[in-house]
Amino acid sequence: MTATWATIVVAAVGCYALKLAGVSLPESALDDPRVQRIAGLLPVSMLTALVVTDLFDANGRYGADWRTLAGVGAGAVALRLGKSLVVVFLLAIGVTAALRSIA
Amino acid sequence: MSAPFTPSVADSSDASAGETFAQRRAITRAAAGIGLYAGAFGLTFGAVSVASGLSIAQTAVLSAVMFTGASQFALVGILGAGGSPMTGLSAAFLLGLRNAFYGVPVTHILRPRALSRLWTAHFVIDETTAMAVAQPTPRGRRYAFWATGLILFVLWNAGTLAGALIGSGIDTAALGLDAAAPAIFLALLAPQLPRDRAPAVALGSAVVALALIPVAPAGVPVIAAAGVAIAAALAPDRRRPGTNDR
Repeated sequence: MTATWATIVVAAVGCYALKLAGVSLPESALDDPRVQRIAGLLPVSMLTALVVTDLFDANGRYGADWRTLAGVGAGAVALRLGKSLVVVFLLAIGVTAALRSIA
Repeated sequence: MSAPFTPSVADSSDASAGETFAQRRAITRAAAGIGLYAGAFGLTFGAVSVASGLSIAQTAVLSAVMFTGASQFALVGILGAGGSPMTGLSAAFLLGLRNAFYGVPVTHILRPRALSRLWTAHFVIDETTAMAVAQPTPRGRRYAFWATGLILFVLWNAGTLAGALIGSGIDTAALGLDAAAPAIFLALLAPQLPRDRAPAVALGSAVVALALIPVAPAGVPVIAAAGVAIAAALAPDRRRPGTNDR
């Protein structure tokens, strides 16, 4: 087994173990209202942070591509107008690709 | 509890079957949209992974077994840039740690027991969690988790394989695919913002993540943002009883 294979297996099993740890919480913890409130707000935090790092993290430094920002911005407008997820997705990549082809 | 893979037959005789059907159609449509995105994003991952020096088999194993996009991109990026396995592993684990946090809402919704935890765990990712928590009814939440999870798994892996096979023939930047993930995460976030305290939590999380970008390793800004959700959830309610019945 090569070093790369070993790394891949350890990484994959480790990431699965993290997921398994999360769904192995005892019932008593889940019935705690504080835990329930945390559960409701965690995805809000994580998704927001993912959007921010996707857009502004250039390998540990601040950096952004204005064409990507414009594409995601177009997707956000579509979202605001109540468009479906597919429309938001296609508009975001379409606008980014179009701007990149001309500038 | 019925088998999670046949959610549509469980309650068709229910009095609210019509409402349930409409709700499921809407969920399935959204899940299909996420599937389309997963296919395109998987294509990107496959191409990036083989360009980083991984074999097609190694690339396919990552998508099938690791099955958490951000960690996969971090690992192949670091290995491709000549980074050490330890650096690659720590980035992958830090980014994968949020799936452990997602276990809290997912367990609350699905209540998996014993062995069903083993396969439920595999599907606990951003998209399945966000889709599940956004539904108004318990049945809708369960259905959304599994519909999103299964569609996404199939298309993420199919996209990965296609990307790995085509390899450098795909110019993912020219296709604008770097805008796919933030746009989808934004779309998954939007329906959750009306939740109590959510706008403040989103703002606080954005500030924390942004501040940590230049000083913390990959993955840490996202994990640290979880602290904002936990702090907000534990903070005492300042509104007096009786004033929150709007």
